[in-house]
Amino acid sequence: MYNFDYEAPSSVAEAVAALAAEDAQALGGGQTLIPTMKQRLAMPSTLVSLSGIAEMKGFDVGNGAVTIGGNVTHAVVAAGAGAYPALAELASHIGDPAVRNRGTIGGSLANNDPSADYPAAALASAAVIVTNAREIAADDYFQGMFTTALEDGEIITGVRFAVPEVANYQKFVQPASRFALVGVFVAKHADGVRVAVTGASEEGVFRWAAAEAALNDSFSADAVADLAVDPANMIGDLHGTKAYRAHLVGVMTKRAVAAAT
Amino acid sequence: MPKDSGIGASPKRREDVRFLTGNGNYTDDINAHGQAYVHFLRSDLAHGKINGIDTAAAEAMPGVVRIFTAADFEAVGGVPCGWQITDRHGEVMQEPKHPILAEGKVRHVGEAIAAVVADSPEQARDAAEAIELDIEELPAVIDMKAAVADSSVKVHDDLTSNLCFDWGFVEENREAVEQAFQDAAHVTTLELINNRLIANPMEPRVAIGEYNRSSDDSTLYTTSQNPHVIRLLMGAFVLGIPEHKLRVVAPDVGGGFGTKIFHYAEEAFCTFAAKACNRAIKWTSSRSEAFMSDAHGRDHVSKIELALDADNNFTAVRTDTYANMGAYLSTFAPAVPTWLHGILMAGNYKTPLVYVNVKAVFTNTVPVDAYRGAGRPEATFQLERVVDKAARELGVDPIALRRQNFITEFPYATPVAVEYDTGDYNATMDKLEEIADLSGFATRRAASEAKGKIRGLGVNCYIEACGIAPSNLVGQLGARAGLYESATVRVNATGGLVVMTGSHSHGQGHETAFPQVIAEMIGIDESMIEIVHGDTAKVPMGMGTYGSRSLAVGGSAMVKATEKIIAKAKKIAAHLMEAADADIELKDGQFSVAGTDKSVAWGDVTLAAYVPHNYPLEDIEPGLEETAFYDPSNFTYPSGAYACEVEVDPDTGKVSIERFSAADDFGNIVNPMIVDGQVHGGIGQGIGQALLEGCVYDENGQLLSASFMDYAMPRADDLPFYAVDHSCQTPCTHNPLGVKGCGEAGAIGSPPAVVNAVVDALQSAGKNVTHIDMPLSPGRVWAAMNG
Ligand SMILES: Cc1cc2nc3c(=O)[nH]c(=O)nc-3n(C[C@H](O)[C@H](O)[C@H](O)COP(=O)(O)OP(=O)(O)OC[C@H]3O[C@@H](n4cnc5c(N)ncnc54)[C@H](O)[C@@H]3O)c2cc1C
Repeated sequence: MYNFDYEAPSSVAEAVAALAAEDAQALGGGQTLIPTMKQRLAMPSTLVSLSGIAEMKGFDVGNGAVTIGGNVTHAVVAAGAGAYPALAELASHIGDPAVRNRGTIGGSLANNDPSADYPAAALASAAVIVTNAREIAADDYFQGMFTTALEDGEIITGVRFAVPEVANYQKFVQPASRFALVGVFVAKHADGVRVAVTGASEEGVFRWAAAEAALNDSFSADAVADLAVDPANMIGDLHGTKAYRAHLVGVMTKRAVAAAT
Repeated sequence: MPKDSGIGASPKRREDVRFLTGNGNYTDDINAHGQAYVHFLRSDLAHGKINGIDTAAAEAMPGVVRIFTAADFEAVGGVPCGWQITDRHGEVMQEPKHPILAEGKVRHVGEAIAAVVADSPEQARDAAEAIELDIEELPAVIDMKAAVADSSVKVHDDLTSNLCFDWGFVEENREAVEQAFQDAAHVTTLELINNRLIANPMEPRVAIGEYNRSSDDSTLYTTSQNPHVIRLLMGAFVLGIPEHKLRVVAPDVGGGFGTKIFHYAEEAFCTFAAKACNRAIKWTSSRSEAFMSDAHGRDHVSKIELALDADNNFTAVRTDTYANMGAYLSTFAPAVPTWLHGILMAGNYKTPLVYVNVKAVFTNTVPVDAYRGAGRPEATFQLERVVDKAARELGVDPIALRRQNFITEFPYATPVAVEYDTGDYNATMDKLEEIADLSGFATRRAASEAKGKIRGLGVNCYIEACGIAPSNLVGQLGARAGLYESATVRVNATGGLVVMTGSHSHGQGHETAFPQVIAEMIGIDESMIEIVHGDTAKVPMGMGTYGSRSLAVGGSAMVKATEKIIAKAKKIAAHLMEAADADIELKDGQFSVAGTDKSVAWGDVTLAAYVPHNYPLEDIEPGLEETAFYDPSNFTYPSGAYACEVEVDPDTGKVSIERFSAADDFGNIVNPMIVDGQVHGGIGQGIGQALLEGCVYDENGQLLSASFMDYAMPRADDLPFYAVDHSCQTPCTHNPLGVKGCGEAGAIGSPPAVVNAVVDALQSAGKNVTHIDMPLSPGRVWAAMNG
């Protein structure tokens, strides 16, 4: 690890100010950033820890939405998001207990790892990413692997999930990392079904339009039984070929629908 | 009633108290006064020509003590290889120099190019980044068959090719085997890969070199399974330090699995640099470094053929293997695919003719050497897969085909040079059928089917050669070392014992099991016995722990030394009781005169030995301390039968292990609980190899599985509860305890059971799948089902 300065602001405003310094970087739970720094693959000049900011710790349930502060850990979501069971279930399968007790929803969405779980939930739930500066619809937020709509120094202060009528997340784990080799989040909202896929695509988390259309016609596993995504855009690596990932997208979607119905 | 002490009892492991309470003393826990730290600058290219190394800027960095490159090691030897193979053409193997730091070329990702010694680890690392390397990338050769093509790039320019050796065994049988295949009623052929593995012991490697200017002594603390072997190899072949000036200490070691047998360049570096800098030098491997600098395991590409007559008797076995050596020859690398592999190719069967060909190949990858089982898993996997395939082709029951061909009379001289002393393969198979409840399989298969899963059953047997090994034999086979073991038993005046053993415990439980043996022999409490190991300054020359040898070889030395102690103690007792030596009996820690009520206690005798007031000084010396060396007259041959039941998810190809059963014959058992644990651990590693673990290089020699993010270690929830039984016991006939060794069995016996089970499952579902290469990842199984 290279040397860095450390700031621990107690408000979002102070954090934003601290992040204005050159090469300053926000620190959430550190579950991605600290290992990267230990490998000397990142060298921030200053780490601005968000963990002491009370206004980012909220957890609100009401009006058909669950709003989670940017600082909230995976463990807290797993235990507390009872109003949105599919989301709580997803959080309970991220990493291991140590990771869940440190890692935060803001950190996960800011990082936008192509195999991370939360991006699928956010996209399928038509979540709104709330930052210090604005509100960003999930459809506009995810812009490809490790790429988001966040500007430099912008902080995710919270995420607002619309609670669907029914929803389910199916994660097929990569055996080594246990991130998603393919994860599919299916959410049936009053205004339509959304299907978000993580782990599979070279372009990061994506919505599977054909499956959404079919499920809008008939919300049943049979409706998606014959659908397939194009393997061309899938990730192919030592854990699975493009064809295998494309196949798993279909299987996990069917399973998610079956589990949700 | 199970015993509560002595041989056959299962006392809890006494060493676990310190391990589980954070009081273990591992190499990284040792810190020398004023120590400096080394950081190795490692190659990120698989193959390249070193045109220049500019250390000027780095040397000026804060805290830097000294920067070393190959030029500093000109007067020093390379890392030696401990085994020389003579090939089928009568040629000795090609043996490239293995420098401490890369010389002229880099030959694998992870090879150390320069070493920065600094006051802190961070300073050393900072300075390493400031070293300017001028390395011209060369095309890398990774695939073994490509490496032996005439047109291949050469890993070592001074060798004639990338072929290390072309070994044939038994060469004289080559034509007879060919004839047997021509005469066969049926031939089954299978091509398979024994996947490359990275051992990943929990504790990474650590080395600390120390130099004492006043005495001119060097000390190396290291994470080793065999400190004396390191002292010999490093002292005699690399640094030129005589053994009396070099001490090697391997304290608590957090798992070895073979990969800590070998002498590594980092050990020699720290010892050398400590003297050069007149400061203790410490190196602690990071996990990332471990992936690319610890010797890897397995990596064989094989073709095996089995010939059968019209009655399904095996008539011949022929194999053709390419064995990856990596870029350099690690300590025992040449022995693994040859003698530790070829001599097992008869397996449990009376196949009269066997021919094994092994081509060992240099590639631009990390050196490959022994990993739990070492050669024997590769042999077992080929044989037990091809027998299974033959049974399926012939439409006969795989267990029945095995039983029909079992060796049933012992001793049995195999056609591959070894003589099995004892065994009862039908007994372990019977036991397996019982503990695995094979008769209930059909019901379980139906239940799986009802859940939409495909169930498969795989069975296999195994035999291994352990208790390594008779020195005169291995000497003829090319070993540059003897493979005896030593023990010194020191009895103190008040009756307690300290046993110095050349065996090394790095998880095996020696500190618990060894006292059980001695306590039983003398009839005293186990708590009176302390085991000391892992320090060349305390323990007589010994060969260390690997090849399931500690109890069979080290334990035998200990028994012999204890027998000498008892013989002398009886003389003292005879003197004290004014009786004849021959009349003295020792039982429950009491010496008595046969046929009388006279007795003296163990402690009276030991006290007399050190306070010899009333003592036969004219006949025997005072004191009670004896040393014995034991050199085995044969290998030991543990054997067994394993069964695995899997469920395959037809939608995803995911395999889950539902049941796993192991019936082993380890001969006599000293501590059944420790044996259970050894078998459990071995099966865990075998299932890891079969389902999860795979070391993968891309065609440029970049290690793709370079961290736990991509290299899948087995976790608790990947593994089922095991049914383990070792009640079938045919004691070894040639060692005093009648023991055979149990450390590697699980890793040897389990991979074929898993693969046989998955093939069985897929065939039961109508898929024409005859083999899938390990690891059987979901993607591979799915592709096989849909291929
Ligand atoms: C062993 C292990 C297993 C894991 N398994 C999984 C898994 O199965 N599924 C999964 O989805 N993830 C997994 N993760 C990742 C984990 O969920 C991380 O916690 C998460 O990706 C990052 O969150 P963090 O709070 O730790 O962020 P950090 O590591 O602190 O930061 C990550 C990035 O986000 C930025 N950042 C952090 N917080 C904010 C914020 N509020 N606003 C703006 N930017 C911010 C940082 O500057 C940095 O660039 C795993 C991690 C580990 C170590």
